[in-house]
Formats: sequence, C-alpha cells, structure tokens
Amino acid sequence: MERDDIIEYSLNQDANGNAIPLHDEEAGKGIRKKILKVTLLLTIITVVEVGMGAYIKQGTSIWPIVKWSFVVMTLVKAAYIVLVFMHLGDEKKSMKYVILVPYIMFVLYLIFIALTEALAVGNSWFTYG
Amino acid sequence: MAGHATQQIDASTLWGGKISPFSTSYGKLMMWFFLVSDALTFGGLLVAYGFTRHDAQDAWPIGEETFNSMPFLGHGYPLLYVALMTFILIVSSVTMVLAVEAGHRLDKKGVIKWMIATIIGGFFFVGSQAWEWSHFIHGSEFGKVELADGSQAIVKGHFGELQNFTVLEAGKHHKKGDVIKEDLMHEFQHAVEKGHIKDGKITLHDGSIAKVNKAADEHMTLIVKKDGKSHKVGDRIEGKAACDMYYDAINSGQSGRIIYGANLKQNEYGPQQYGQFFFFITGFHGFHVFSGVVINIIILLGVVAGTYHKRGHYEMVEKTGLYWHFVDLVWVFVFTFFYLI
Repeated sequence: MERDDIIEYSLNQDANGNAIPLHDEEAGKGIRKKILKVTLLLTIITVVEVGMGAYIKQGTSIWPIVKWSFVVMTLVKAAYIVLVFMHLGDEKKSMKYVILVPYIMFVLYLIFIALTEALAVGNSWFTYG
Repeated sequence: MAGHATQQIDASTLWGGKISPFSTSYGKLMMWFFLVSDALTFGGLLVAYGFTRHDAQDAWPIGEETFNSMPFLGHGYPLLYVALMTFILIVSSVTMVLAVEAGHRLDKKGVIKWMIATIIGGFFFVGSQAWEWSHFIHGSEFGKVELADGSQAIVKGHFGELQNFTVLEAGKHHKKGDVIKEDLMHEFQHAVEKGHIKDGKITLHDGSIAKVNKAADEHMTLIVKKDGKSHKVGDRIEGKAACDMYYDAINSGQSGRIIYGANLKQNEYGPQQYGQFFFFITGFHGFHVFSGVVINIIILLGVVAGTYHKRGHYEMVEKTGLYWHFVDLVWVFVFTFFYLI
C-alpha cells in the first residue's frame, strides 16, 4: 500500500518542479516594515501597561478604568500577534472562523459560568461561612 | 504567505483529495487545531485563577507588592523585571516571524540567523523565569508576620543590615566572645522560623547563644492580608508601631510566626492558593517555552542540514513559528492577569 503520510510537497513549484519563493526581495521589504511597526506597537503597549501598573495603586477611584484598559490593551496585543505574527489575517475567511469562533465561544462561556459560580460560592460563604 | 498555496500545489498530493481545505497544508491546520486546544487549557487555568482570586478579595497579593526585585539591583523596582521578560519574549517572537519571512524567500542564511536569535531569546526567558522562581521560593528579607492578634501581614521597607552575632554562651563550635560575621542572613531566618530568637538573643545551630547586632530597619509598613481580632485585611501599619509589632513576633521565641518565601503548603505573599497558581501557571507556561526552544533547535538543525531547502519550502519553520508565537500570546495574558491586575 502506498503511504500517504510521507509525501513531501512543495507549496510553490514551476513546471519543472523547481521551488519558487513565496515572495521576492521587494515584497519582503514591505513585510519586514509591517513587522517592525507591529513590534513598536507591542513594545509601546507593554511600556504603558507597566507604567500604569507601577504607578496607579489598586483601590484608587480610577483603578476600575485602569483594569479594563489593561484588558483592552491585552486583547489588542493578542489580536496583532495572532493576525500578523501567526499570519491568521492572511488565511482564508473560513479558516479564520474555524480557529477563532469555537475558541471565543468556549472561553466566553467559561468566563460566564466561572463568574456566576464565584458569586454563588461567595454568597454561600457569606451566608453560612 | 499562507493562503497563496491553492493553485500551485499538485492536486494529487493534497490530502488524498482534489483540494486542500482552507488552502492550508495538513500540517499547518493541525498545528492550529492543537494550539486552539492548548489555548483552552490555558484559558481554563486563567479562569480558575480569576475564580479563586474573586473569592479571596483583598487578601490576594498585588503584583507590584510581590514582584519588585531586579537581579543585581535589589528591591524597589515594581514589575520591571517581569516587563523585561515580556519584552524579551516579544522580541524573540519578532525574530521568529523574520525567520518565517526569510523562509518564504528561500533565504537559508536568513532563516538560520533569525532562528538562532529566537533560540537565544527563548533561553533568556527560561533563565529569567528560573531566577524569578528562585526569588519567589526564597522570599523577601522580612517575610510574612503573624501579629499578636492572630492577623497576618506582609512587610515592606528597607531591611537593616545584620552586622554580626556576638557569642554570649559557648556551644559546640563557638567560644564565648566570638564575633560571627558569616552566613548571618541564613542563620537568622532559620532561627526566626524555628522560634530560636528570644529578646534579641539567637540560639545558633551548635547550641551557642549570641546577641544579634543589626542596623535599624527603615520605612517599615505592615499590610494586613488576613483578619485578626483587631486588624482587618487591607489595614496598613507604619513606622514605629509596625517595627514594634514585627519585632514582637521575631523575639517571641515561637516558631511559625514568620514565614519566608513560598512552597506548596504556605507562602509569604498571601493565600495559600496564590503560590500554587503561581507555580502551576508560570510553570506550565515555562515548560511550553522550554519545549519551544527544544523544537526550535531541532528545526534549526534541519535548516542547517538543508532539509527544507531541498524540499523547496520552509513550512516546518512556519509551523514551529506558530507554536512559538502561541507561547508569546499566552504570556501576554499571563502577564496581564497574574502580574498587572
């Protein structure tokens, strides 16, 4: 029986079976520029996060805003890593949905159920503790 | 980039059918599915952390209280070290994506260069995490104190230097009048934990009793983390009152009044689960980073040997790159939810 698990195929081949680069030097320059931009953005967000974390104390009146801005900044960072560094942004739409939709659904459900339960557990401690 | 693939691939070699689902190779799609499942594991861990933290309310330690040390520089640098770790991991993610880009141009030298950079970054991160674990386990100079009313408080401030122990009563090794100047901190903390200090006199390992000579502590603050009879969680006690209460516990001669560092049973930072979550989440992530480094090294060897160049594409570098970016992605969330919030 022919084994189908050891076939090595080239993603890009010309008629004679020679490899063709996925992109040339010119296109590479543009891509590297984009990578540099994303790097700067991620660095700036991290610096802002650390600055806010170090100088704004928990429990102060603006802390809730700071907390939620941490969450938003984290999601922005995550989006750039997934879409640019992991190239999910360049994949087909169907592929994007197959990866993201189940994950987001499960995690939102998990967060919802955990917070609801935490509240219930907290209340029963408060009542019967 | 990805997604260009459809037209060029010889249809008979694709998945045994005529067309590749999502225009992606089998290996890459399966790597994505693996990453989704792994992300669910980390998501579960972080949600469990959030659940426990939500329950513990104010008793939970705050990142900048616990992680404020730098190697060689000492204390007083809140979150700086972990920020540096984050930056190292982001940079190594960038060098990885540059390796993938070089692979798309079939530039073997470029791939080798950027993969080596990625591996070095990975080692730096794992090393940093080892340092942080060691620091977390050994704890601060003050430790956590149980006050007279049964409440527990963490201690912040500048620890006055231990100068020497002057032997008052001879033991097996030390004679009366000896001045001991070595290994003071270790002896001191050990004696404190065992309750071997009473009224400023320390009982050493060999049974000799010595007077502790120590410079005064400065700017001491006690932050209460567990309710007692007269202090509530969140109370702050400062200055001389703090010093008096702290040294009352040190000089009590009772064991267990001061806890240094962390293990799986107790820790000086806050509730017991805090230590367990720290070890489990950062440990699980650190193990991912370590295996990522190992996988990167294996792939690098393949690149150097020319395996992928002969194959005509560097998709293996892309796949290991996906894993490496995922490790970075997880750290972004761990950083926010464990250290910042």
